[in-house]
Amino acid sequence: MLKITDLHASINGKEILKGIDLVVKPGEVHAIMGPNGSGKSTLSAVLTGNPAYEVTRGSVEFYGKDLLALSPEDRSHEGLFLSFQYPVEIPGVSMVNFMRTAVNEQRKYRGLEPLSATDFLKLMREKRAIVELDNKLASRSVNEGFSGGEKKRNEIFQMAMLEPRLSILDETDSGLDIDALRIVAGGVNKLKSEKNATIVITHYQRLLDYIAPDFVHVLYKGRIVKSGGPELALELEERGYDWIKKELGEI
Amino acid sequence: MSAVQQYIDLYHSQKNLIAGHSSPVMNALRDEAMALLESKGLPTLKDEEYRRTDIEALYAPDYGLNLGRVNIEINPYEVFRCDVPNLSTLLYFVVNDTFYTQAQPAAAKLPEGVVAGSLCEMARQYPQLVARYYGKAADMKRDGTVALNTAFAQDGFFLYIPDGVVVEKPIQLVNILRGNVDFMVNRRLLIVVGKGAQAKLLVCDHSDESSVRFLASQVCEIFVDDDAVFDYYDMEESSENTAKVASVFVRQGARSNVLVNGIVLHNGVTRSNYYSTFDGEHAELSLCGMGIVDKEQSVDTYTYIDHAVSHCHSNELFKYVLNDSARGSFCGRILVRHGAQKTEAYQGNKNLCASPLAKMYTKPQLEIYADDVKCSHGATIGQLDQNALFYMRSRGITEAEARMLLMFAFTNDVIEQVRLDALKDRLRQLVEKRFRGELAKCSGCQACR
Ligand SMILES: Nc1ncnc2c1ncn2[C@@H]1O[C@H](COP(=O)(O)OP(=O)(O)OP(=O)(O)O)[C@@H](O)[C@H]1O
Ligand SMILES: [Mg+2]
Repeated sequence: MLKITDLHASINGKEILKGIDLVVKPGEVHAIMGPNGSGKSTLSAVLTGNPAYEVTRGSVEFYGKDLLALSPEDRSHEGLFLSFQYPVEIPGVSMVNFMRTAVNEQRKYRGLEPLSATDFLKLMREKRAIVELDNKLASRSVNEGFSGGEKKRNEIFQMAMLEPRLSILDETDSGLDIDALRIVAGGVNKLKSEKNATIVITHYQRLLDYIAPDFVHVLYKGRIVKSGGPELALELEERGYDWIKKELGEI
Repeated sequence: MSAVQQYIDLYHSQKNLIAGHSSPVMNALRDEAMALLESKGLPTLKDEEYRRTDIEALYAPDYGLNLGRVNIEINPYEVFRCDVPNLSTLLYFVVNDTFYTQAQPAAAKLPEGVVAGSLCEMARQYPQLVARYYGKAADMKRDGTVALNTAFAQDGFFLYIPDGVVVEKPIQLVNILRGNVDFMVNRRLLIVVGKGAQAKLLVCDHSDESSVRFLASQVCEIFVDDDAVFDYYDMEESSENTAKVASVFVRQGARSNVLVNGIVLHNGVTRSNYYSTFDGEHAELSLCGMGIVDKEQSVDTYTYIDHAVSHCHSNELFKYVLNDSARGSFCGRILVRHGAQKTEAYQGNKNLCASPLAKMYTKPQLEIYADDVKCSHGATIGQLDQNALFYMRSRGITEAEARMLLMFAFTNDVIEQVRLDALKDRLRQLVEKRFRGELAKCSGCQACR
């Protein structure tokens, strides 16, 4: 479904991604790990079309379409979703209004009628239950005053509402307490199917205990320097990144 | 010839005509007003308080004036149709600067003792009552535009609520501008709210989408006596060819509570002055406003709150959204006089420049001569939050829609100040429509179609 080839990207003239290659197929879970500042969030921002980044080389295919040619909103309509590492607060825009607009724009793109008010509220209720998101949060402004953990929960709630084909979870586990981690990961698993895929960006094995990856990649200095199976994550947890840097001849 | 000279000449040649079509109470102030205008002139760009609006340029064209009160063929009910249900008001019209007598709510619909109607006519019927207030709050020495208005104004709207009377139904005044030639109007509003009385007034401005230019000068005096509660909403939905120069003067008695909310949804050039004085202790004023301006439109607001006595509370919030090459300016002055202890005065002005060419100027001016007070001010000029925009787009919300939602959210807290649910709902709809670019055609007014 996703094919990234030799992707280079920069921000403010500074090159961050220096040639990424990655193929993701339906049903797969890919974990991306790597030290701070290696470019993991940059990759997710570039894939979702954040205009702050400039793609300088390479291509991305999503279900045969040139992803990089699409606007951020159309990438979403095509089924791409990002759970932000730092979800944005939008004072004055209610969660309900935000979600209704998002859902109906997606329906419009697919040639469907907007949902009626009752159907929409029913959908909200249903999806809220998946991540046990408090109704009080759903009636507030988007992320405004939400705690770190509540924001992450809210991201997965939005994912449940939009039913993406490919989800990128950027450090969704950070800021979650032990129970919340179980609930949120459980929510992600409930949304998993043969048809959709997940890219999990994380620093820790604990999330991967819940969301079992098929592949694990190490992103370092803007490149994927190592790929392997689930055992690679366990090895990183135990040994850190120094041995990889050594392999690269850096130490 | 300076812009003001044509008005001076016009006044001297048409003095009798002007007076003949007005009332003695209004006529009594004209000569003094004209003398002030002759000596002081109109404000210029060199005047500190008028640096952002070229008043002389607005007054320079050769406008027609209806000094002889020629009847204008119009049925305002045809022109104006309130499109929002649930906003049921006692509805009055002023067409150009003449009160429209043919259609007004039956006096029986008003609570006992309430007087509402043509200022000129009421000044004839109740000369003592009107003379007690007319021109007493509007300081002509301060501003040449107020002097000019006082010299020429012949009519307008008068509202009197006797002591203790509560008018439940909101009162609505619709100003309509119409003309076949460039046209100037001088309107006058006088509002007196007695001790412990309560009322709400909504003033709406509409103008014809014709190619002629309008200059609307409006002076509104509001007297709110002890323990009274009064809401004043001013909503402009005019046209790009309309210039409006308006001054509102508020005097507040002890423990009174006043809300003034000035909303510019669509306009050409708008200059609004809000002057407010606390005459009695423990009074509260909420002074707020918002504007949405784009293209070449401009909005310029000046506020002056005089905390003359102690224990009063003022809260100011003005928000503007500017697009295209629009211009905006806000200058907020607060004076806390010597001895006005326990004053609380808060001022906020927040602006959103949604395009790189839009320009906003903001200037707070606090003058505090008492020591036991709480005062604060804050002014910001910002752009749309790029992170919020991208966040919304990443959820499939189109860029245009995302911008609209952010701009709407920005203005929402001024709408929240409205103390009339039906009007709040109506405003939300109108503001949303405006941001969707649909407004220029407000469906409330056929004149704009
Ligand atoms: N606006 C910017 N200008 C210059 N450099 C930037 C800018 N934004 C990000 N960077 C740099 O890009 C690099 C990659 O950042 P990115 O957020 O992608 O890292 P990450 O792998 O997600 O890190 P973490 O694990 O801490 O979340 C960092 O060195 C960061 O400082
Ligand atoms: Mg990151």
